[in-house]
Amino acid sequence: MTLLKDLTMVDWARAQFALTAMYHWLFIPLTLGLSWLLAFFETFYVKTGHEEWKRITKFWMMLFGINFAIAVGTSIILAFEFGTNWSNFAWMAGDIFGSLLAAAGIFAFFLASGFAVMLFGWDRVSKKTHLFATWMVALGSNLSALWILVANAWMQHPVGVAFNPDKTRFEMQNFREVLLSPVAISKFTHATSSSFLVASLFVLAVSSWFLLKGCHTDIAKKSILVAAIFGLLSSIFVGITGNQSAYLNAKHQPMKLAASEGLYDGEKGARLVAAGILNPEKRPGDDSSPFLHEIKIPGLLSLLANREPGSFVPGINDLVYGNREQTIMGIDKKIEKGKIAVELLSQYKTAKKEKNETRAKISLANFKKYEEYLGFGYLQNPEEAVPPIGLTFYSFHIMVTLGALFPVIFLLYLYYTYQDSIAEKKWLLRFGLFSLFLGYVAGQAGWIVAEVGRQPWAIQNILPVSVARSNLTTGTLQTTFFLFLFLFTVLLIAEIRIMLKQIQIGPETPRED
Amino acid sequence: MFDSFSLVQLQQLWWIIVSTIGALFVFLSFVQGGQSLLNSVAKNDLEKSLVINSLGRKWLLTFTALILFGTTLFAAFPLFYATSFGGAYWVWTSILFTFVLQAVSFEFRKKPGNLLGAGTYERFLFFNGTMGILLIGVVLATFFSGSSFQQDDYNLVLWQHPMRGLEAGLHLFNVALGLFLVFLSRTLGALYLLNNIDFRLDLVKDMEKRLRKAAVANLTASTPFLLYFMVGLLTREGFAVIPQTGTVFMESGKYLQNLEAMPGVLAMLAAGLLLVIFGALSARRASSTSGIWFSGFGSFLVTLALFLTAGLNNSAFYPSHFDLNSSLSIYNGSSSYYTLTAMSYIGLAIPVVLAYIVYCWRKMDKEKLSTGEVSDFTAKEIY
Repeated sequence: MTLLKDLTMVDWARAQFALTAMYHWLFIPLTLGLSWLLAFFETFYVKTGHEEWKRITKFWMMLFGINFAIAVGTSIILAFEFGTNWSNFAWMAGDIFGSLLAAAGIFAFFLASGFAVMLFGWDRVSKKTHLFATWMVALGSNLSALWILVANAWMQHPVGVAFNPDKTRFEMQNFREVLLSPVAISKFTHATSSSFLVASLFVLAVSSWFLLKGCHTDIAKKSILVAAIFGLLSSIFVGITGNQSAYLNAKHQPMKLAASEGLYDGEKGARLVAAGILNPEKRPGDDSSPFLHEIKIPGLLSLLANREPGSFVPGINDLVYGNREQTIMGIDKKIEKGKIAVELLSQYKTAKKEKNETRAKISLANFKKYEEYLGFGYLQNPEEAVPPIGLTFYSFHIMVTLGALFPVIFLLYLYYTYQDSIAEKKWLLRFGLFSLFLGYVAGQAGWIVAEVGRQPWAIQNILPVSVARSNLTTGTLQTTFFLFLFLFTVLLIAEIRIMLKQIQIGPETPRED
Repeated sequence: MFDSFSLVQLQQLWWIIVSTIGALFVFLSFVQGGQSLLNSVAKNDLEKSLVINSLGRKWLLTFTALILFGTTLFAAFPLFYATSFGGAYWVWTSILFTFVLQAVSFEFRKKPGNLLGAGTYERFLFFNGTMGILLIGVVLATFFSGSSFQQDDYNLVLWQHPMRGLEAGLHLFNVALGLFLVFLSRTLGALYLLNNIDFRLDLVKDMEKRLRKAAVANLTASTPFLLYFMVGLLTREGFAVIPQTGTVFMESGKYLQNLEAMPGVLAMLAAGLLLVIFGALSARRASSTSGIWFSGFGSFLVTLALFLTAGLNNSAFYPSHFDLNSSLSIYNGSSSYYTLTAMSYIGLAIPVVLAYIVYCWRKMDKEKLSTGEVSDFTAKEIY
């Protein structure tokens, strides 16, 4: 196993993967969330028999279809990039990761089967069959997401596996542990509920535009009512699962939490940064102040991280250089042990190749003592274990701030809808339009925290990206990066234009019999 | 249930499952075939709309089948996934590129404000229907002809050719399978459209004739490539593996021997070819619309037989001609016993999913797609 010293290639591989994932996540939240809203709208139609609910369902379904096409297009690239860009990862983690991805593929078929019925089956199948297909699309897309998010959670917190030195890979030992890990549950619930939130904002935004223009008012009001309830419940759930996510970060990815908070020196009763500007000159281990300006709330970070306001939360310096008082082993020590593990693994491999069973046995026994540090053996220096702090910190705070704002928006919509005065609240309708953009920003920021915040690890503490890479050249990756950037951007522009046009055209007008 | 299986049995089971999904994809590639036929069989907007809307109701199945094929390979044979995708980077990236274009084209083509115009999206569909399938065929042929890679002591791949997989296109044997699949998909596409569209109106009678002609013409065009590939396959040296030691060696007539050793697979291949021919030729009869079921099932059997020939009977299914012992077989490329067992339980969902697909298909295709349905330009649920 060779470590790539020139990280340029790895950085381009990361950039390409991030590009695909970020574009993908522009379309997925709407797919996951809107599919449920479609199921709700259509259920109302089937239950009440009112044609207006059918028109509502068909209108949002048409927008769903436009978004879905590009969501599917980006999904195939993302699924296969685990192999193209990260082939060493694909081998070393394939025993676990591959099975989760395959399960996602199987459930995606449910979605694929029902999709045509849902979109084109209005006059071909019975009402109930159509409704069933719509529910199956919602269930299929979310079940498919479940497996992908479990796979992502496993990369954040690898459980239920053991390293096989003969095959040089991690092998699954306990499927249930992988599937039901607290991180997996938190990841799934947080990502899906945030998607429901974005979809609700989408419905609010489009409906608000109708109300501002004074057209399709009945449809808009009905859509707002359903979306505001769904959005409010989702946004509350996002808050609860986000809190759980921070707690689990503290347990399993303390570096991510420290970077998210710009916390360099750990403290008891740690303060949560409500708002702040980072000192760009600050580096781990130096004496400069981490912030240029900050507003902190005492004890809140400790409460968030450990459920105890007076407890100790480690900072970046504690994690990198160690903290004897808190019995935290520094990355420098872990690197030392990791390098021994790398050397012993190599000795074991050589001994096996030379059929020297005695030497192999000794090397393996020694390797087992250092095995848990193997991944650290591929780091060059302790500071390499620190993720980009600025990006993680600001993304985290943008996400949290917006996350606190969304329930208020939904509540206001709900209140004025209940008062039947929503159409007159132009300020809220305009803000509702803008809030869709904020929803997407929050979603992207959340994934930046999750993924950038765990760098340099492809699999937390086990496999750094410099080892997980494929054996490609920088030029190859640069070419495909720009190729995909161009393609996705053109398709995104086309999608937005089509969406806007279809919104302008609006729902079908009722037939006059 | 699966806990009583041995590792080898699980490896074989998963090779059969992966092969079945691959074969299903080839059957469903009638969508790509139909896409590539668009401009030659549809001569006006109404005809184009019929073709696009007929195919548009199935494209996602083909697309998902490809994803499922890739991901089940990843799950069951991760070393293949790592080696082929990470190694043959350019050929896979090119294939995926064509499928991204396909994914948006049905939905975007006729929508106002689509930025690129309907013609561009139709060219995307043609590109996916031809290049996408051609390249997939070329990659599949390397299961028999081999690729240029080496595994290091840690099972990490080092690709040995600067064209990163596209070099497979320089060999006629590989290209022959690719072209066969292109023409086969066009045959299937024509047969599917004949089955799915209502041709009772005079307005579309000409398109029906063109489709009937296309089914036979494309079958005829595929024949030399099929023959070239089959003769090459049955006469060439194959990559044999000794399961106990993992040693790979060249064996003359290996794939012919595989078929002799697995008469069921040989029968599948022969029956499949006959069914493909019978289905396509049935299109000559003016009343026949069921050719797709014969040719479709036939192409499924042929592909399944080819996959089983590549992977079973102690063969290396992804061989390396650069370093024989880096070749991948179902023995050295598979997941662990635990994962294969766990996956087998998850795989029990596959029949349920297939049943739901059949259910939806039957419901949707109970009535053929009519001109009335696609000429209602106020309807929002047409492509």
